[in-house]
Amino acid sequence: MPVKVLIPTPLRNLTGNAAEVAVDAKDVAGMLSALEGAHPGIKERLCDDSGKLRRFVNVYLNEEDIRFMQAEATALKDGDEVSIVPAIAGGSR
Amino acid sequence: MSTSKALKCRECGKEYPLLAKYVCEFCFGPLEVAYDYAKIKKAVTREKIEKRAPTMWRYREYLPADGENPVTLQEGFTPLIRAKNLGDLLGIKELYIKNDCANPTHSFKDRVVSVAVTKALELGFDTISCASTGNLANAVSAYGAKAGMKRYVFIPSNLEAGKVVASKVYEPRLVKVEGNYDEVNRLCSEIAGKYNWAFVNINVRPYYAEGSKTLGFEVAEQLGWRAPDHVVVPMASGSLLTKVWKALKEFEKTGLLEGVHTRVSGAQALGCSPIATAYLEGTDTFRPVKPDTIAKSLAIGNPADGYYALQTIKESGGAADCVTDEEIVEGIKLLASTEGIFAETAGGVTIATLKKLVEKGKIKKNEVTVAYITGTGLKTQEALQGQLSETPTIKPNLAAFEASQKTFAKA
Repeated sequence: MPVKVLIPTPLRNLTGNAAEVAVDAKDVAGMLSALEGAHPGIKERLCDDSGKLRRFVNVYLNEEDIRFMQAEATALKDGDEVSIVPAIAGGSR
Repeated sequence: MSTSKALKCRECGKEYPLLAKYVCEFCFGPLEVAYDYAKIKKAVTREKIEKRAPTMWRYREYLPADGENPVTLQEGFTPLIRAKNLGDLLGIKELYIKNDCANPTHSFKDRVVSVAVTKALELGFDTISCASTGNLANAVSAYGAKAGMKRYVFIPSNLEAGKVVASKVYEPRLVKVEGNYDEVNRLCSEIAGKYNWAFVNINVRPYYAEGSKTLGFEVAEQLGWRAPDHVVVPMASGSLLTKVWKALKEFEKTGLLEGVHTRVSGAQALGCSPIATAYLEGTDTFRPVKPDTIAKSLAIGNPADGYYALQTIKESGGAADCVTDEEIVEGIKLLASTEGIFAETAGGVTIATLKKLVEKGKIKKNEVTVAYITGTGLKTQEALQGQLSETPTIKPNLAAFEASQKTFAKA
């Protein structure tokens, strides 16, 4: 079940500069493992030691934040589009 | 004397040199200034600080910029006022108002911008910029002028007229963006990636944010070198609240305070309350919101420091709550009519939340409590349109005056 994953600029040195990669996975956790298999080193950038997504890494499935679905257990299906977006700290007060 | 050592990622701890950088390259966490506290401890005493000029730079050892030559308009060391009338009304024995309307551009943003502009010059920038809900735009425009820098200021197009004029007068390149603050901020992130400017709340944010600590330092010194039992702080991104707490802990760490036990509580407007909502629902996950409130200076729907603000509230034993637009207006009027201080809408949020937290028993009546008023009401007069009592207009004679007294009797 291939899903399309959009890679943010700071991580493209790990994907041979590809902005977009296809992986087979049935959920987000599986996608993260599949990414690591194909592009070693990418998972530790995205996940902490316990394998949870880092706090300032946002993952969107078809534009909805997975934290408001089942987080890492969110199911994926053929043709889904997953974007990985580093949160940018800004704001004022 | 430099006491800052490095920029350090709050998440993974990776360290970076002290440059214009704000995000960890490794894990994308926010960077924060790390200090040599042993060096600070050796350099400061209460007496030494007390002898210095009454500005926030009296705490220069705790700030990440050249405190000997700051870009300053004499910001900080604003009045801490014993609010006996309001305290009696709410049933708090010892209530204080930290009145940060009394800053050069009339909000606490002068503190953060003084640090940011000083640091930006040190780093060699010639242009200072920001995304702002108004107060920050005023401060960047003024301090940029004082520093002789070029200044670009980006604001949402729906801001209060007073805040727009109070930027324009300093002749910045002011750009109104059709969108809310979060959209302005996103645009500025893109601009910051392309232009080599110092954006106070983006690439020099780690330095800028440290300026807020002085609101914690001053309160402790003004209370006679003691930490308050409880503080109530307005929250937008959540940064200010975390810095007030950090300041008290730093004073403790460097021997100027003992046994800091302050409970830190946060205030938001119901129409933009992602942090208070997460607190009230007991989660660590923020759902970004589209703001809809008269408290425009707090209208940040995607709070950058929300997670840390929540941690601070929990760690310190504080609370958070949110109030309606009607309660905000009541809060402004209550503070003005009891204490003679005219706060902006954010101050209305703070006072209304203070009242709510007392009513809910979250603030105990015997706690020494400080409420932070971070900006003046003169900039947000729209909020009070039609909300104040009528003014009689009379002929210049005694009978007319006496007839007009009926107006006041009714009110």
